Amino acid sequence: MRIVVCIKQVPATESKLTLLADSSDIDRSGLSFIVNPYDDFAVEEALRIKERLGTGEVTVVSLRHHAMQKPEEALRTCLAMGADRAVLLSDAAFEGGDSLSASVVLAEALRRLSFDLILCGKQAVDDDGGAVAIQVAELLGIPHVAVINKLELNVPARTAMAHRPVEGGVEVVETPLPALLTCQKGLNEPRYPSLPGIMKAKQKPLEVWNRETLGVAAETIGAAGAAVATIRLEPPPVRPAGQIIDGDAGTAVKELVRRLREEAKVI
Amino acid sequence: MNPILVFCEQRDGRLKKAGLEALGEACRLAASATRDVVAVVIGAQVASLAGEVGRSGASRVLVAEDPRLAQYSSELFTSVLAEAATLLDPVAILMGATAMGKDLAPKLAARLKTSLAQDCVALAMEADGTVVATRPVYGGKLRAVVKAKRPRLQVLTLRPNAFARQEAAGATARVETLAVPPDNGRPRATVREVQPSAGGKVELTEAAIIVSGGRGLKGPENFKLIEELAAALGAAVGASRAAVDAGWKPHSYQVGLTGKTVSPQLYIACGISGAIQHQAGMSSARTIVAINANPNAPIFKLATYGLVGDLFEIVPLLTQEVKKLKGGDQA
Repeated sequence: MRIVVCIKQVPATESKLTLLADSSDIDRSGLSFIVNPYDDFAVEEALRIKERLGTGEVTVVSLRHHAMQKPEEALRTCLAMGADRAVLLSDAAFEGGDSLSASVVLAEALRRLSFDLILCGKQAVDDDGGAVAIQVAELLGIPHVAVINKLELNVPARTAMAHRPVEGGVEVVETPLPALLTCQKGLNEPRYPSLPGIMKAKQKPLEVWNRETLGVAAETIGAAGAAVATIRLEPPPVRPAGQIIDGDAGTAVKELVRRLREEAKVI
Repeated sequence: MNPILVFCEQRDGRLKKAGLEALGEACRLAASATRDVVAVVIGAQVASLAGEVGRSGASRVLVAEDPRLAQYSSELFTSVLAEAATLLDPVAILMGATAMGKDLAPKLAARLKTSLAQDCVALAMEADGTVVATRPVYGGKLRAVVKAKRPRLQVLTLRPNAFARQEAAGATARVETLAVPPDNGRPRATVREVQPSAGGKVELTEAAIIVSGGRGLKGPENFKLIEELAAALGAAVGASRAAVDAGWKPHSYQVGLTGKTVSPQLYIACGISGAIQHQAGMSSARTIVAINANPNAPIFKLATYGLVGDLFEIVPLLTQEVKKLKGGDQA
């Protein structure tokens, strides 16, 4: 079974973020970066499938979407976890895109890697769009099931059964392979790279593909191919300062209820 | 003027509030330019929902009915909406950022080769129809203001509870049948069953009021206090990551960065310290109440109203007070 996992390198989630002077982007200098946490579930699932079947290959792919990004570090982490091969998509023409123009590049790379299954995280914790993986599947003409927290593969039948949480319940979805699945927390517990794994990773192949390798048209990718542009980033609206309601429990509770009804008007 | 198209999601024969909120926002955007607002409803037997959709602001309701549409299918629903888009050439296509909406919108935007803005919390429309959308990024630490390059077929999903429904009591919409495209032969995923969750009756992401419990509850049996308060308020029950990791509640209850993002009118956090990852999931609640024994808990910086004290004393008293209030309302 050939599994490809698409990963993204993102700022570490506890990072304090500051904006550039022109508010066009965050200030990336001084930030530390990690593999997108949801992608960890995808890499882990790929490795478990390979281990269970006793055969197969796991390839990790990542797109450099900003000049200051170093996705090769994220790829090496995945190789250290146990992936067999890594591909970095790197070209100035790939940078600054939206979800669609990024998907064009990823889809073309995937066409050049044969696959039975593509696994991704459900969303990247920087953009929080949850769109790229679904759009890659659409461009490839394969089915997808997104936000899965349980997966059963039927390899001889070439199908997969996945659980995806929805409002009020869980959809149990069956899909033929090849398919693209996006992974939610609860699917598995990702392993940490071991020291031997980190050493072995240095010998595993990490190829770099650019626009020429993929043969994609410049106007469909990166900033040029984006259908939507970010005008600016801004901090969330400041909440007005709150109040501690004093007094013993009985008094405070009565006062709270009064304010919720008369001031906040929420009950 | 090109219309605004709104996908009004239904599940089990009931229209989703988030879809009707998207419809309300579409009406607000359309009002300044006298654009039509056209709604689409998809399912196996959904014609009866057209009336409510019309009363929520649509001037036309397109109904796509087919047994194949009984359960959600990203492939079939995308084909239906792409067909509607071809017929109407809308300036924008709106839907709620529900589980279905967040799944359907990216596929539709890729099919139409157009712009996408997910989980928007504010919208404005320029004179030429370009939508300027504000959406949370970096777990809500920042917001991005985004704009499509072309004012055509702009696909947007709208965060539940961030927009208002419209009620037009006497309004009747023109109801039309939308033909379901024939099977295009593409391989597709199929929903085999929907397992209802054991959890509460009110879905977190749609709830107007949420009562959440955290580590301060000290044990799973004490969630009873939270549930009683929630019942008195008609609220949904949520949990912090600490409570979920401890096994007190399943992950579907978790509010926070790796759980659900909620936007209720009222969020009551009991025994929750308010770590940044929890705040990422609830900081856009309109009114926040924090009940915690530790006066230095970070949640108090976020809360509209804070009560420092023993939640085992405060929460039952609050439940009592709420019941008295509601009892008084009914008298």
